[in-house]
Amino acid sequence: MNVGLEHFQIVSAVLFGIGLLGVLIRRNIFVIYMGLEMMLNAANLSLVSFSRFNNDLDGQLMVFFVITVAAAEVAVGLALLVALYRKRQSAHVEELTTLKL
Amino acid sequence: MQPTHIAEYLAPIILFLPLAAAVVIALFVRDDDEQSAQFSIGSVGLAFVASVTLFLLGGGRHEIGATWLDVGGLQVSFGLLIDDLSLLMLMIVTGVGLLVQIFSKGYMKGDPGYSRYFAFLSLFTFSMLGIVLADNLVMMFVFWELVGLSSYLLISFWFHKPSAADAGKKAFLTNRVGDFGFLFGILLVWAATGTLNIGELATKLAVDPHLLGAGATCAGLLLFCGAIGKSAQFPLHVWLPDAMEGPTPVSALIHAATMVAAGVYMLCRLFFLLTPDALEVIAVIGAVTSFLAALMAFQQNDIKRILAYSTLSQLGYMVMAVGIGSPNAAMYHLTTHAFFKAMLFLGAGSVIHALHHEQDIWKMGGLKSRLPGTYRTFWIGTMALCGVWPFAGFFSKDAILSSALGNGAYCAFLIGTLVAAMTAFYMTRLVLVAFGGVPRGDGVFGCHESPSVMTRPLWLLAIPSVIAGFWGIDVYLAETLPGGHGHASTWYEAMFAPINHSPLAAMFGLLAVAFGHAFARRLYANAVSDPLPLSAGLLAKIMRDRFYFDEIYAFLIRISQGALSTVADWFDRWIIAGLFVRGVSGFTDLFGRALRMLQTGNLQTYAFWLAAGIVVILFLTLPGAKGAGH
Repeated sequence: MNVGLEHFQIVSAVLFGIGLLGVLIRRNIFVIYMGLEMMLNAANLSLVSFSRFNNDLDGQLMVFFVITVAAAEVAVGLALLVALYRKRQSAHVEELTTLKL
Repeated sequence: MQPTHIAEYLAPIILFLPLAAAVVIALFVRDDDEQSAQFSIGSVGLAFVASVTLFLLGGGRHEIGATWLDVGGLQVSFGLLIDDLSLLMLMIVTGVGLLVQIFSKGYMKGDPGYSRYFAFLSLFTFSMLGIVLADNLVMMFVFWELVGLSSYLLISFWFHKPSAADAGKKAFLTNRVGDFGFLFGILLVWAATGTLNIGELATKLAVDPHLLGAGATCAGLLLFCGAIGKSAQFPLHVWLPDAMEGPTPVSALIHAATMVAAGVYMLCRLFFLLTPDALEVIAVIGAVTSFLAALMAFQQNDIKRILAYSTLSQLGYMVMAVGIGSPNAAMYHLTTHAFFKAMLFLGAGSVIHALHHEQDIWKMGGLKSRLPGTYRTFWIGTMALCGVWPFAGFFSKDAILSSALGNGAYCAFLIGTLVAAMTAFYMTRLVLVAFGGVPRGDGVFGCHESPSVMTRPLWLLAIPSVIAGFWGIDVYLAETLPGGHGHASTWYEAMFAPINHSPLAAMFGLLAVAFGHAFARRLYANAVSDPLPLSAGLLAKIMRDRFYFDEIYAFLIRISQGALSTVADWFDRWIIAGLFVRGVSGFTDLFGRALRMLQTGNLQTYAFWLAAGIVVILFLTLPGAKGAGH
């Protein structure tokens, strides 16, 4: 079986869809967070595959940026989540409605 | 244009003197009654002297002017036109105005609005002179409105009296109806001929009589609408009797001698514009006014109202004279009428002043011996108004009657004769009841003659009332206006001219007066109350109630306004307030409520909308997403 660009793209799209679905329907904020990471890595996979099949390193360069930003984001985001959990004693997203006033 | 003739210097001076007086009084001497009167009387006096000077310098036609408006094809000048017609009118306005202002000095003594009164009078004089001197229709219209304004101000001069304030409003609004037509007439004339200058119009129409085309009659009648309003012709006559709420000298000057004559003057000025059809309508309106007003005068009890209806009737006479193609006779009657009607009103003012504002003639009586000066002048005025030879009224009335006969307008002649008899009837009634008999009111016993500042103007007006008939006014006008006898003669020839010229008309006129007088004398000599309501019953009541014109108008206005206001109310309630105001706010509100539902505060909802948005955008922008064909 010859693995081509389409296969990578389909895997990437499936991963992205699962991640998005997780973000939209899961209640636990940590799981939502994981969904977000999954979406990022789906994008990374897509970029790398394009880079590989087009013989262009720009895509891989972009992936490094994404990984770097994601690492920083994890550091800040997890810290925020932990702080939030300590304050509320709950990780359920329905209870976080302060945006509405 | 540079003035070249002395007349061209004098005319603007005459026009602007009264305005200057009004401005000076209003701005500088408002607190000084005596000075206000002096400024006002001085200015109109100077204007009178200047007018007489102009007259003595000899006639001729002069026109000066400067461009005032130049918009597109419309050119309006501010121009003054001096010819025989305007000269005569100038002398009437300034002459009668001067005497009335002198009279007012006594009559208005002690009134809190003394200065204001004289400022208004000056403003009125300015406006009236503007109409007289205007050389184009737009300028005439502007001054026409100014006259309406000053008339309004003076009728409601005692504005704290609701009746006076209402009368002022009524006069103003009724006049507006007529002025509306006047304005349309002016526009029509301009559209058809491209000029508004009266002299140019006359020249153009002389070259091409069909210049106005099919709209000629219409234009003439629309212009006549202005005269119907200002000269209080049927059916817009209702404002004039109410205008008697103003101070009596104002009634004398404005609502008897000058302003109401403006309509007739305008018709004479624009006589060349009027087609035979238009003239016929004018004659009918004049005749109807003349007859109806005389009937209404029969049963009035207020001394000023009798005179007011008499004025209406005489104005109808003049308009009828224009209608039968004799503007000369109309101007003639206007002139003599200005003198004796102003005098009659001032006489009535003198009576009212002496009786401390009692106006009901049935509460007078026996004033003959108590107010001798007023009585004599009033008697002269009555004789002149009735048309007794050799008083002025006879000659001018005869001019109208004989031209009616001469032009074959027998209907107008008959109505004219009938109205002459009726005039004699109600005027004899007025004199007999008010001055003759025994005193019937408490006010009569203590009364005494008015001061000389008031009686002298009466005597000064009595002179032209007697002799204006053989001054040769008709001969003077014959050069300018058609319809006069037009043969110059010495004064004693002029005295008998009507009898020689048209004995039938003169005879009928005199017989009518004798008949009316005798009838009134039979009924009212020594009467203590009016016998007519007993014998004539319902008819007398209808006459007293002025044929219910006011009630009919009130009814018509009520139903028309009722319907209009219902429609307007519906439109306002449902279209403006409902659809536009509440509709817009309601829609915004509903939309806002719907948008609020989206704001759940839940992060996942926002994320969902974000993702959904991206999907929609991708679907719309990515090629090939909408289908395989692309």
